[in-house]
Amino acid sequence: MRQDRPYSNIPGTYVLDPQHSMQGYELNMFCMSLNKPKNRDKFRLDEAAYLDDFPLTKEQRKAVLSRDWLGLLQLGGNIYYTFKLAIFDRRNMQYVGGAMSGVSEQEFTDMMIAGGRPVEGNLYTSEEK
Amino acid sequence: MANLFAGVGTSHVPGIGAAVDHDKTQLPYWKPLFDGYGPAREWMEREKPDVVIIVYNDHASAFSLELIPTFAMGVAAEFQPADEGYGPRQVPVVEGHPELAWHICESLIMDEFDMTIANKMPVDHGLTVPLSIMCGQPEAWPCKVIPLAVNVIQYPQPRGSRCFALGKAIRAAVDSFDEDLKVAVWGTGGMSHQLQGERAGFVNEPFDTAFLNDLTADKERLINIGHTEYMREAGSEGAELVMWLIMLGALDKDAKEVYRHYHVPASSTAAGLIILENS
Repeated sequence: MRQDRPYSNIPGTYVLDPQHSMQGYELNMFCMSLNKPKNRDKFRLDEAAYLDDFPLTKEQRKAVLSRDWLGLLQLGGNIYYTFKLAIFDRRNMQYVGGAMSGVSEQEFTDMMIAGGRPVEGNLYTSEEK
Repeated sequence: MANLFAGVGTSHVPGIGAAVDHDKTQLPYWKPLFDGYGPAREWMEREKPDVVIIVYNDHASAFSLELIPTFAMGVAAEFQPADEGYGPRQVPVVEGHPELAWHICESLIMDEFDMTIANKMPVDHGLTVPLSIMCGQPEAWPCKVIPLAVNVIQYPQPRGSRCFALGKAIRAAVDSFDEDLKVAVWGTGGMSHQLQGERAGFVNEPFDTAFLNDLTADKERLINIGHTEYMREAGSEGAELVMWLIMLGALDKDAKEVYRHYHVPASSTAAGLIILENS
């Protein structure tokens, strides 16, 4: 499957394309399972035991348990799915956005109030400082 | 005959729904956004559409990676608010219009748009937040709703040109429905935003302004924006804007802008709203 794609040079972006979808299917479906209250209760009771029912890789499992929000994306996760884990933790999008970009929730919120992450320097990987 | 008279484009950020549900719309953070929604709500109350076709995307609620329909239309009599992990939003059940929805599906498929037809489809914030934006907190939603779910999460999403063509076909279907109904189409999602990765929080106001302008000034440009351009310029989740092109395709060529509102931020997103009317 073609790896080099026209969007590969967008910085800090994990596109749910065919390759990514194959890699992350089980991980994303674990996240999806948290839509059901019964499953949320089970996961709350014993996270590790709950994960035994999902054929995740060792790395994916570790990223879930340690809430490695960026790692989850790098291992095939998609934000709409991984955010279900954040909802479970009662975290908001600013917290997760901060965690993925290496700042605190407050710093991330302040950046959004100031107009968001700027266009300049963020369109092409070649522009990154 | 049914009359498709107007289109609305609006963001569907979940935080906007939460602000309504938890009585936060007058807090300093949210007030400027909701002040701008006032005239849109007045428009909605004045125009009273009988049916609104809401083009939105499901966010791993009714569908998941198990099954990924590109275009799915809801033909049921009602649609329940989905549990997205918080418990379902405490908003009215969404009432459908099965006769018109089936008529549109039949017409679209005969027109070579191979729709997925959904009789059971819980609806998430993608559909209920636009209703909250336009209608506030009524006891029951003031219009029937036909949900049209579009896959914009799994790449490749449908192209803008296809979305625009689908909008035209929806217009032809509505025009041929033999009942006096006032129908609107809402395209939802956007505007520029990226929720994921190190680039989370990306916002591109010049892109959004040009997009809003070109809904009337240069449709051809909008229809031809490709996947990579959306992701790069509008953020990875900004590709939701293709759903506004279905709304646009359903309108007259010379539909006029009657209202616009734009605000940053709504949660991690640039929020936009536009109302277009046929003359």
